[in-house]
Amino acid sequence: MNFRDTMLDEYKEILKTYINDQTEQALYMSQKFSKKSIEYKISPEEMISLHKTSIMEIEPDLPESLLLSLDILLEVMMSYGLAYREHQSLRTIQRELINEIEVAASMQQTLLGTQIPKIPSMDIGAISVPAKQMSGDYYHFVSHENGAISVAIADIIGKGIPAALCMSMIKYSMDSMPEDSQAPGDVLERLNRVVEQNVDPTMFITMFSGLYNPETHLFSYSSAGHEPGFFYHAETGEFEELQAKGLLLGVDKRAKYREYERKLKIGDIILLMSDGVTECRTEEGFLEVETLIGYIKKYIHLGAQDIADKVYKELEYLQDFQLRDDFTLIILKRTS
Amino acid sequence: MDSSVKIINEWDIVAARQLGRNVAKELGFGTVDQARITTAISELARNIYLYAGQGEITIEKVENGAKKGMTIISRDQGPGIPDLRKVMEDGFSTSGGLGAGLPGVKRLMDEFSIESEPGKGTLIQSVKWLR
Ligand SMILES: Nc1ncnc2c1ncn2[C@@H]1O[C@H](COP(=O)(O)OP(=O)(O)OP(=O)(O)O)[C@@H](O)[C@H]1O
Ligand SMILES: [Mg+2]
Repeated sequence: MNFRDTMLDEYKEILKTYINDQTEQALYMSQKFSKKSIEYKISPEEMISLHKTSIMEIEPDLPESLLLSLDILLEVMMSYGLAYREHQSLRTIQRELINEIEVAASMQQTLLGTQIPKIPSMDIGAISVPAKQMSGDYYHFVSHENGAISVAIADIIGKGIPAALCMSMIKYSMDSMPEDSQAPGDVLERLNRVVEQNVDPTMFITMFSGLYNPETHLFSYSSAGHEPGFFYHAETGEFEELQAKGLLLGVDKRAKYREYERKLKIGDIILLMSDGVTECRTEEGFLEVETLIGYIKKYIHLGAQDIADKVYKELEYLQDFQLRDDFTLIILKRTS
Repeated sequence: MDSSVKIINEWDIVAARQLGRNVAKELGFGTVDQARITTAISELARNIYLYAGQGEITIEKVENGAKKGMTIISRDQGPGIPDLRKVMEDGFSTSGGLGAGLPGVKRLMDEFSIESEPGKGTLIQSVKWLR
């Protein structure tokens, strides 16, 4: 039987029990009743009316004034009822939005997917984990016809859906980059013009662009205000920050990006990251560079993908599994 | 059998409610539905009073086969509502997320239609069926 058909009897029963002896049992029953009435979408004004009908049947000799007072209560509850119904419908809308964002997030993953190149002299690993559903981090690899490899990592300042949309644009411009403009400085100059023309002036993008030549083992790179990467010298076991100067993308359309160069010896590693790695926060404050390097050293003997995965696991643990920012880490390890 | 109340000042809102309540009672609506109908009338009449300056609320009995009910018609020659989609959105009304306003009227009643032309006025018709 439907709750709507039985609720009057149920309610009367509870009311009677309570009027006879004021037990906690009856109060508990009424709590259960209210849960059920919410489930069946009984509005507050209906509850008042139900109460009035019940009490009139149980106690026929109640003073008229008391019954009349319930009319006022009912009228006053009207607005509460409306507010409650609005809340319900907003909740439905919210649920729909969440679903849409989930779909968008998985589309973003497909759209932004990039293949990690396989070349003989270099072992490459990458991990990118969004803090929320949509990521504001982006990385991209290109294998060129001459054997060289381009790598790019970008971080959009600004989060969520606007950042994700902006990223699709970056991805598209990267894909349509001509083969002859591989030089990291050129790549950034081009993208800078695209961003400057097309993106809301409140949105900024930092980007690191690199090119590895497997014949000369030279790694050239430029940065548009991006988090500096690290260079690991296998011989000495030392880490060096890959400093590079350059304006954020989208600030000034005439911006030029200087190119820097490093030569990789066997075992040397280049680490690129987003600020979600360095700005990872723990209870004690920001992560110290030494701590990060400590973790990298701990796993340096592993393959590139394993280093990336393991370092991520450590930092995830350190932050109690709550990422505050999108996390991206790329490892380029010269193997031969 | 139709009856109207001109809305010019705030007390006319009460008269419109009274008219609606009488008709609702006569048709046999229960107290909860009476309260819903009069709340809807209040909202519509208050909008006329606040935004159009003047207008009228008409109450009609309706029949559709075996179904019986009543229609509330709110009519004015005020400034009209430029963006109907916006005002029908939850959370838009100036009372801010209290569920009242036009979306509230729509919820309280069974049928709801609105026509409005900027500079010409607004016509809202809304039906409640007897169950
Ligand atoms: N009859 C009307 N003529 C002109 N504009 C109207 C009329 N009725 C409503 N509006 C416009 O539509 C808006 C929304 O009306 P609605 O009744 O939903 O909310 P509200 O009156 O702003 O707030 P509330 O009714 O919750 O106190 C009003 O702010 C007003 O600008
Ligand atoms: Mg209003």
